[in-house]
Amino acid sequence: MRLLALSVLFAFGCINKPNQSNRISVTGSSTVAPLIAEIAKEYESKHPNIRIDVQTGGSSRGILDARQQTSDIGMVSRALKPAENDIKPVLIARDGVGVVVNSSVTIDALSKADLTKLYLKKIQNWSELGGPDLKVTVIHKAQGRSTAEVFLEYLSLQYTNVQADIIIGDNEQAIKNIDSIPGAIGYVSIGAAEYSMKQGSKIKLLELEGIAATTKTVANGTYPISRELNIVLNPKQDKTHVQKFVEYASSAQTNEIVRSLDFVPAKL
Amino acid sequence: MYQQNSNKIFLNLLRLMSFTSGLIVLMIIFFVSKESWPVISIDPKKFFLDLLWDPSRQQFNLLPMALGSLFVTLGAIIIALPIGFMTAVFYSNTRFRKFGRIIQTTIEILAGIPSVVFGFWGIVAIVPIIYKISPPGANLLAAAIVLSVMLIPTITLFISNAIKSAPVEWELGARGLGLDESQFVFNILIPGIKSQIFNSILIAVGRALGETMAVLMVSGNIIKVPLSVFDPIRTLTSNIALEMAYAMDHHRAALFSSGLFLLLIVSSLSVIANRKGRAFYA
Repeated sequence: MRLLALSVLFAFGCINKPNQSNRISVTGSSTVAPLIAEIAKEYESKHPNIRIDVQTGGSSRGILDARQQTSDIGMVSRALKPAENDIKPVLIARDGVGVVVNSSVTIDALSKADLTKLYLKKIQNWSELGGPDLKVTVIHKAQGRSTAEVFLEYLSLQYTNVQADIIIGDNEQAIKNIDSIPGAIGYVSIGAAEYSMKQGSKIKLLELEGIAATTKTVANGTYPISRELNIVLNPKQDKTHVQKFVEYASSAQTNEIVRSLDFVPAKL
Repeated sequence: MYQQNSNKIFLNLLRLMSFTSGLIVLMIIFFVSKESWPVISIDPKKFFLDLLWDPSRQQFNLLPMALGSLFVTLGAIIIALPIGFMTAVFYSNTRFRKFGRIIQTTIEILAGIPSVVFGFWGIVAIVPIIYKISPPGANLLAAAIVLSVMLIPTITLFISNAIKSAPVEWELGARGLGLDESQFVFNILIPGIKSQIFNSILIAVGRALGETMAVLMVSGNIIKVPLSVFDPIRTLTSNIALEMAYAMDHHRAALFSSGLFLLLIVSSLSVIANRKGRAFYA
């Protein structure tokens, strides 16, 4: 009996939610979600009466929800297509994927064609590209990871086509592996690679198609493997507290949070 | 009167707390089963008979991962058992009291290190050494070595407890008979505590099967049945950790099924360990 009373109390505690009019619901891309969640946490601490709800479900759900106004804001990890001009995108960050090698590899630049050959094991030794006589160790990410998707899309490869030696989860693990294995090549978010290089990792970001991989080239859109991280709104969206949050999320005030998640700020 | 009342409240509190922890286990099993049901209900044979693991094409062959888990556990136990056993014999021996205590402290510290630290250690220390024998170095052997270091404290602490609670007459009798140290260990100690040794192996197997981060970081994670210790492996737990964040629908359910499978194996291991004589918890 006492147990029942306790659990009823507990249930009521969960139902007791803040005022509906101060809630903002955000749905969509699982790449953008952690970023929005962090921004939301900061925003909530500055505006204690606002509650922001972040849910994932993929970019297409983000677009659909914003279009049908089932949520206030959608999250989309790419640029909008022409057919999607009925909703309004707001750029909050960019995600650049850099090609990284162990510093034992004396090569500084790669072409798209050679990169494809490396990931298909058609080049197995760095000497074939004029580098040292070292076996190539291909480091790949687990299926579904956002960096893996962007990378494979750039090379127009299917996940199962890639001939990897090591598969790894997040950026940090990939960098640790590249750092300790001579001849290793992998790909990680450029922000993460730049950070580890500052910390003294034995890794090196390669130039791709003649363009250096830096946060700057990602920010100005010249670096080839990158994508936009957008939030999208229905033009009919007129709640002022939602618009204020969108303004905040896309402003330079959130740059620190954007960098802490290895993304590149939209406004430098 | 007052005292009786407070006693009653305390007993009820105990009852409530133990009921809650029991309930949590049941709820975990219930929710994991519920989440895995969409795939299990199609056909459980899919987990063994599908062509490969490619969730985007509804192929859910878990066999390479199950074998990966099995082999890495086996390898780690083979390395950790002799080391752990001999360490325990050494520091439980009264003749090395002072040095033995230092070793015991270091083993206890080893037991407290978080697994991700073992993973980093594996990447910077073990993988480069194996790289020299067989590049790229992240493989079954690396994973078994890293895992064995994590199992050594479990095995050592278990066995040393067994040795310490063994009757002192065993050692006195052995000395009286003029047996030397190795004769005592092999002819008296090992037969005497063999059920505890068996238990320590079961507990270690449970821990090894559940270990995720450290193994994931050094095992290569290629989905393939390993044919040598230099082949990369992916374990069931690594597979969950690598893919869960982005898994949806049946893919997610398949990952939950592999979790359920592990849960059942590990809990039946601990049931067996508990049945087999009294378990000595370190």
